Order: sequence, then C-alpha cells, then structure tokens
Amino acid sequence: MGIEQKAADMGIVTMRLEQAVNWARTNAMWPMLFGLACCAIEMMAAQASNFDMSRFGMELMRASPRQSDLMIVAGRVSRKMAPVLRRLYDQMPAPKWVIAMGDCASCGGIFNNYAIVQGVDEVVPVDVYVAGCPPRPEALIHGILTLHEKVRGESLKKWA
Amino acid sequence: MNEQLLPAVNALAGRFTATASEFRGETTLMVPSEQLVAACRTLRDEFGFNLLEDETAVDYWPQQEPRFHVVYQLYSQPGYLRLCLRVPVSGMHPSVPTVEGIYPNANWHEREIWDMFGIRFEGHSDLRRILMPYDWEGHPLRKDYPLGYEEVAFTFNEDEINQGKPYAKE
Repeated sequence: MGIEQKAADMGIVTMRLEQAVNWARTNAMWPMLFGLACCAIEMMAAQASNFDMSRFGMELMRASPRQSDLMIVAGRVSRKMAPVLRRLYDQMPAPKWVIAMGDCASCGGIFNNYAIVQGVDEVVPVDVYVAGCPPRPEALIHGILTLHEKVRGESLKKWA
Repeated sequence: MNEQLLPAVNALAGRFTATASEFRGETTLMVPSEQLVAACRTLRDEFGFNLLEDETAVDYWPQQEPRFHVVYQLYSQPGYLRLCLRVPVSGMHPSVPTVEGIYPNANWHEREIWDMFGIRFEGHSDLRRILMPYDWEGHPLRKDYPLGYEEVAFTFNEDEINQGKPYAKE
C-alpha cells in the first residue's frame, strides 16, 4: 500500500500548489456585470436555466469591480464609455481576465465609425475573443471554458 | 392647410417675414433667425402653441445655401394643432438665438444641436456637449465631418493595420 492510498484514506489529497490554485480560480470565477448592448441579453441567457453557467462556478455576477476577476465586455464600447471601461478594469483586483464578447467588442463589428472603439483591446488587454453577432450562449460558454484552460495552464512563476 | 392654423400662419406672415409652405398636411413656416424669439412668443402667448415637441437641425451641405435649418416642432395643446418652424442659418460657425426663455425644455435639445451640428445658441444658459465627450473635436452630424472608419482587414493588409493599432498594455 503506497503513501497516496494511506493519505487518501485519511482524507488527504496531494497535488501541486499551482494546480490547486488554478482549480480554485477557474471554479469560482466571478464575472463582472458589464452588459453594454445586445450581447448582454445572450450573457444573461447563458446564466439562466437553459444554459446554466453555474455548472462552471460562474453563477455570481458581481456589480462591483472589486469583487470580480473576470470582465465580460458584452457589446459595443463607445469612445465615451472607453475611459469608464478602463477605470473599472483598473479597479479589479489581480489576477484578472477579460473576455471580449461579440464582434463589436472584438473589432468594432458593423460599427466602423468615429463613435465606437474598434476593438476593446485598444483599451484593456483581452484574453479571449468570442465571435458572433451576438454569440449564442454556447459560444460564450465555450469562450469561458477556453479561458479556464488558459488559467489552468498558468504557472507559479507568473504570479510573482 | 388646416383652417384652424390659418390665424396663426397669417399673423406670422403679416407681422414677420415668414413664408408658409405645406407638405403632406404639415405646415412649415420659414422664419429668419433674428425674428425667431418674437415669433415663438407670439405663437405661445396668442395662439396657444404651448409645447415645444422637438427641436432639431438638418445639414443640407453641399446642395443648399444656407446649409443648416434649425427645426422647431410646436404643438398647441388647447387646439390640437401642430406647426413647424424652420430657421435657415449658414456658415461654419452659425448661431441662432435660444428659445429657452419661452420653452424651457429647449435646453437639452439645443445642447444636442450644438454637440452634433455646432450651431451656437446665443443666450443659452449651459451650452455644453451632451452626447459626445467634452473634449471631442468637431460636430459629427455635419455632412463634411469625416466618418473616421478603420480600414477593413484582409489577409494581405492585416499585419499593416495591426501595426498601427493602439493595443492596450497590462
């Protein structure tokens, strides 16, 4: 009987620290409420019963940036909104991630004009882009799972 | 023309240099800007046009001169009547007297027209931008305002466009 078996019988599981931390981060990732346009409707649908994002530990949308670690930019960002977006991003505690949901947030979408920021990556660093106009809830959930994969791959060296 | 509108239209045509026209049942009066405030006061006090339903502007550049029309949609609640006033103004820095003293709700409408068309309202109490950021340059709804779009990226020019993009840092 190995040491693992013995430890498991005592209720102890051994794993690497970064694995444990990343597991905790992915399974309790609190997104911030950031619905700007029609994509927000799909984001709400993704949390509602048919799609149920709480399966991935994400049912809790926070209205405060200080309590959240994921910003889902859902909708087009106007030039007037851009400073607000950046300020909210700066107020989020690290580690923090950003998903650009939909075409408008990713690259300006159909609004190729003076009033709309041509991609939210001009304002904040984006981790995952979700294409679609608007993306279906499945697409958003896929984007979030892609982000989870990225977070699981982060190493201890990067935190310091 | 609606018969009930006739007294108001005739009075304005008589007392001011206003010309009436009609299109699809809507009566429009062209009023010069220096007579606008007096005309509005007459309409409100004597003919019951007590509601400014909307105030907006049109840019006819380059087809027409004067290029801007400021449009006032007036409504008479006692008489159920509608009347449209148009004030032509020209130039790069046009200005019109404010009707805020007669219709207080003109305040925000005039701020919006200033923001979008760059038409100044003389005597306005708080002429700031209302839609665009305060440090914005230019007036977007003017026909000569550049749309400011970004070139569409294809595989052959993608790298070139990406180099010029102001990507955010952490």
